[in-house]
Amino acid sequence: MTNTQVPAVRPRPSTPPAVAERPSVRDRGARLLAALFLAPTVVGIVVFTVVPIIGSIVLSLFHWNVIDPPRFAGGANYRTTFTDSTVLVSFRNTLLFMVLAVALQLLIALALALALNGRMPVWLRSVFRSAFFFPLVLSAASISVVMKYLFNQDFGVVNWLIGLVGVAPVPWLTSEHAAMATVILVYVWQQFGFSFLLFVGGLNNIPKEIHEAAALDGATGLRKHLGITLPLLSPTLLVASVVGIINALQVFEQPYVLTDGGPGDATRTVVMVIYERAFEQLDFGEASAVGVLLFVLIMAVTALQFRLSRRFVHYQ
Amino acid sequence: MSQATPTLSRVRYSLTPWARIAGLTVCALLTLGPVIWTVATSLRTPAQSFDLPPQIIPTHPTTAAYRGVFQQIDVWLLALNSTLVTALIAVGQMITAGLAGYAFARLEFRLKKPLFGLVLATMMVPLQVTIVPVFLVLKSMGLTDTLLGLIIPAFPTAFGTFLMRQYFLGMPKDLGEAAMLDGAGPWRIFRSVYSPLATPGLAIVGVLAFNYHWNEFFRPLILETSSQNYTLPLGLVSLQGNLGTGSISVVLAGVVLSMLPAVAVFVVGQRPLREGITSAGVNR
Repeated sequence: MTNTQVPAVRPRPSTPPAVAERPSVRDRGARLLAALFLAPTVVGIVVFTVVPIIGSIVLSLFHWNVIDPPRFAGGANYRTTFTDSTVLVSFRNTLLFMVLAVALQLLIALALALALNGRMPVWLRSVFRSAFFFPLVLSAASISVVMKYLFNQDFGVVNWLIGLVGVAPVPWLTSEHAAMATVILVYVWQQFGFSFLLFVGGLNNIPKEIHEAAALDGATGLRKHLGITLPLLSPTLLVASVVGIINALQVFEQPYVLTDGGPGDATRTVVMVIYERAFEQLDFGEASAVGVLLFVLIMAVTALQFRLSRRFVHYQ
Repeated sequence: MSQATPTLSRVRYSLTPWARIAGLTVCALLTLGPVIWTVATSLRTPAQSFDLPPQIIPTHPTTAAYRGVFQQIDVWLLALNSTLVTALIAVGQMITAGLAGYAFARLEFRLKKPLFGLVLATMMVPLQVTIVPVFLVLKSMGLTDTLLGLIIPAFPTAFGTFLMRQYFLGMPKDLGEAAMLDGAGPWRIFRSVYSPLATPGLAIVGVLAFNYHWNEFFRPLILETSSQNYTLPLGLVSLQGNLGTGSISVVLAGVVLSMLPAVAVFVVGQRPLREGITSAGVNR
């Protein structure tokens, strides 16, 4: 077995101590069993994740189109990416998408989870919970096909609806600014249920007595939320935003199906560029360079987030 | 859909209960609206499919659009491919995660910590960063454009392993110790004592795997080039391409067909799915 280790990603904070103090079973049989039990997972992870990461870094240093033999390129692929306007725009789009989509998703999820936490019949609560969670089980690709019709400028239901209140038809998918907003809306529509479930779980974990004590002290409404609920919910908020950001940086299906990256490059995301460079233009070197940059970006954003969170996250 | 309405953020405890419930109802309708519209439109005739206002209850419901789907694409083949891929991955993940999770939770061996660290770290690695080399590895094995090429790389699951480890850690140690005193070896202890208790945890892993891989689009798009190897999401997007804007009811009928198993899993597996998501925040 190999002891290769992927560098420096802090494991999730919720990890309890790994080793039991008093091993219940310790003999040759147990070690052999462990090797057998771990083999499929560890071999699979090495072959399909660890080796490919190294492979991506190596490939990014070569020019390669699959047909001709690879030529060493040094940093040329990276230099190209930094001068290629499509790549640069895709990074800008992806970051913009990430900020807006995650913020919107967390706000909606939090508002709905808080609203659901109030008094109401049990059956009604479970109906609402199921409704908000439902889009998560659908495929992003087929939902995007549906949304493409709903947001059609000429015959789409959305423009018909806003027409009822006298708003002029919006070119949802065909104008530069609206297209990004539409992709974000479609993405958030499908994804907010994820953060919502995390928040519902987090709110359930807050002891009732804390709110009761606060109510006795005269805290009400918004103050109660800002002063008590939010700090107690902050670990959940951290998990929701970390997962939300990592997912948002990998967005692909929605822009691919809704707009194919257009109009122009307005909704082209980094993952779309990786896909196009590698599998449409057969430029494996540059595709890998973009992939490595995306990886670095994800690591950097996540690390930054954990740093910032030290100030704002309160553990009970 | 337009979840962004500013009224949402104003919904609070302090509002009277009925206002809060009314707000939640509006949001639930916005959330389910596109799905309801999809089902309704798929039951209209292709000629009526563009009608506005959209009829939520079709005046003349017809299955013409569904027949259209079966004429346009080989639904049975796509469904068979999707079922095969998804079921084998789900079963495979339950086995690999169950075994590895047990080893990390209950067995002693060297390199336990670094190996577990490796598993956790791979949760952070996005699929898209590794896809080019994964494609090349599969190509060298002759597995591109095969269903096996989709299935095998999906067997190891970092999240599933993590989840099963937590699950086994939550079981009392005394059970295993008692069995050991009775002379059971490590395999016996796993097989007869702990693995029967693991069923609910394995169900979470299986349902999560089913939901994710049934809907998966990126890997099939890259790996499967011939249409007889397409899965449902891939077939649907190509169905849309075939038809242009000719008839949306046929495309939407296809969407409904592909949703059915996901909805079935939602109904049956809602609880494990929710627990899986809530328990850690899945990285997918």
